[in-house]
Amino acid sequence: MADKLLTIEHLKKSYGDNLILKDFNLTVNRGEVVVIIGPSGCGKSTLLRCINGLEEIQGGEIKLYGEKIDRNKKNIAEIRQKIGMVFQSYELFPHKTVLQNIILAPIKVQKRSKSDVIKEAEYLLEKVGLSDKRDVYPRQLSGGQKQRVAIVRALCMHPEIMLFDEVTAALDPEMVREVLDTILELAKQGRTMIVVTHEMSFARAVSDRVLFLDKGEIIEEDIPEKIFDNPKTERARRFFHTFEYDAVKNHTDTLNRKV
Amino acid sequence: MQALGIDVLLKGNNFIRLIDGLCTALRISLVSVIFSIVFGIVFGIVMTYKNTVIRVVSRVYLEIVRIMPQMVLLFIVFFGTTRMFGLNLDAELASIIVFTFWGTAEMGDLVRGAVSNIPKHQYESSYALGLNKAQTYFYIVIPQTLRRLIPLSINLVTRMIKTTSLVMMIGVVEALKVTQQIIEANRMTAPNAAFGLYLTVFILYFLACWPISLLASYLEKKWSA
Ligand SMILES: Nc1ncnc2c1ncn2[C@@H]1O[C@H](COP(=O)(O)OP(=O)(O)OP(=O)(O)O)[C@@H](O)[C@H]1O
Ligand SMILES: [Mg+2]
Repeated sequence: MADKLLTIEHLKKSYGDNLILKDFNLTVNRGEVVVIIGPSGCGKSTLLRCINGLEEIQGGEIKLYGEKIDRNKKNIAEIRQKIGMVFQSYELFPHKTVLQNIILAPIKVQKRSKSDVIKEAEYLLEKVGLSDKRDVYPRQLSGGQKQRVAIVRALCMHPEIMLFDEVTAALDPEMVREVLDTILELAKQGRTMIVVTHEMSFARAVSDRVLFLDKGEIIEEDIPEKIFDNPKTERARRFFHTFEYDAVKNHTDTLNRKV
Repeated sequence: MQALGIDVLLKGNNFIRLIDGLCTALRISLVSVIFSIVFGIVFGIVMTYKNTVIRVVSRVYLEIVRIMPQMVLLFIVFFGTTRMFGLNLDAELASIIVFTFWGTAEMGDLVRGAVSNIPKHQYESSYALGLNKAQTYFYIVIPQTLRRLIPLSINLVTRMIKTTSLVMMIGVVEALKVTQQIIEANRMTAPNAAFGLYLTVFILYFLACWPISLLASYLEKKWSA
């Protein structure tokens, strides 16, 4: 029996008259990695923000282990501790060092012992190769380093589920790898995650299940091998096509010239 | 020596009087700055409310302060209140009132800017970590606001110290007034003392303001994110 960690039922979300998510349903089991892909503006970020209670929703229910997520309820801060989120834009606190960024919430919110939290933070920093950055300020880090710190900061809260929203989209190409490797490592550890990404080969490697989203609706949903190699819908096929390049074009050019 | 009027400066308690005058100027600015910071923080936070009445009133207040020469405000408060309400305001108190009126507007504007400049994602990543509203303000928003604010408000202090040279117009005996008195008293014996004495005032003002200025740019550099 699968262990249902997150359930979303009939979720409806709109900005004014602009309906973003119509009737969204999703269940994420414990230990599962769900990757969400889809064109820009289809509502991927909006969905993650709803899960974390950062957005007002207009209908339906989101539950974490049966507990309703409602941003207007008193327990929202408590539920959010169980949901780790890393955004696309770097959002470390600029007035705190790397270590202070990581230990703030575990100490002030979860009231854990400072020495324990520091020990854990140091261990996690070491695992992502940033031990030497412990006492520097975010402005002294590269984009990739900032994102790894943001991941460590979220992990240090011991979340039940991690949400990643295009965490490599703002990075230089040579930094993408180090961040994706960190996320792959988390998948290996069996963590539950929802990952929004435009990196297709990463999506294939990390996911147990892939959702293809368009205009706020799940168009296709399958294991990665099937959805990438054999998409059922024309819409998904066209979307994947935008990530491939025409290798033939150059070829024909040279052929034409020879003639 | 004589040409520069140094001897006049050293005569009797002239130098002490000059320092005394400078202290009066510093006292007026310091007291005004403290009031300005307190009122300015309140005014600044109020200004971030999206209420039309509050907006119009604060807009008008800011414009008055911006347009009116400080001298006119000083005259209105000092001479005006005596006439209109029969109050006999002490000149130093009148100066503090005017400087606070001016400083509150400037501080308020700085506070409003600093608070609304904290990006939305700073709040969101704090909420996402499970901090509640109060914790978010206390650990994230206010520390960042203060960092932006302190260098700017130090600059306000030096501008206030400089502007205190105006208050002699309503009879406060500050550094410039003392200098004038000394020059006047020695007009017969040392007619050329003026240059040296004003030079001394220049140096004194410089010594008072320069370290504050340095501190401001140091903090600005240290905290720039
Ligand atoms: N705060 C907001 N107010 C109004 N409309 C919004 C707001 N945030 C997002 N939207 C709209 O909601 C739609 C979905 O946005 P969302 O950010 O969820 O897309 P996305 O799938 O994450 O796209 P991308 O791949 O570009 O990040 C877009 O049309 C966007 O314009
Ligand atoms: Mg997005």
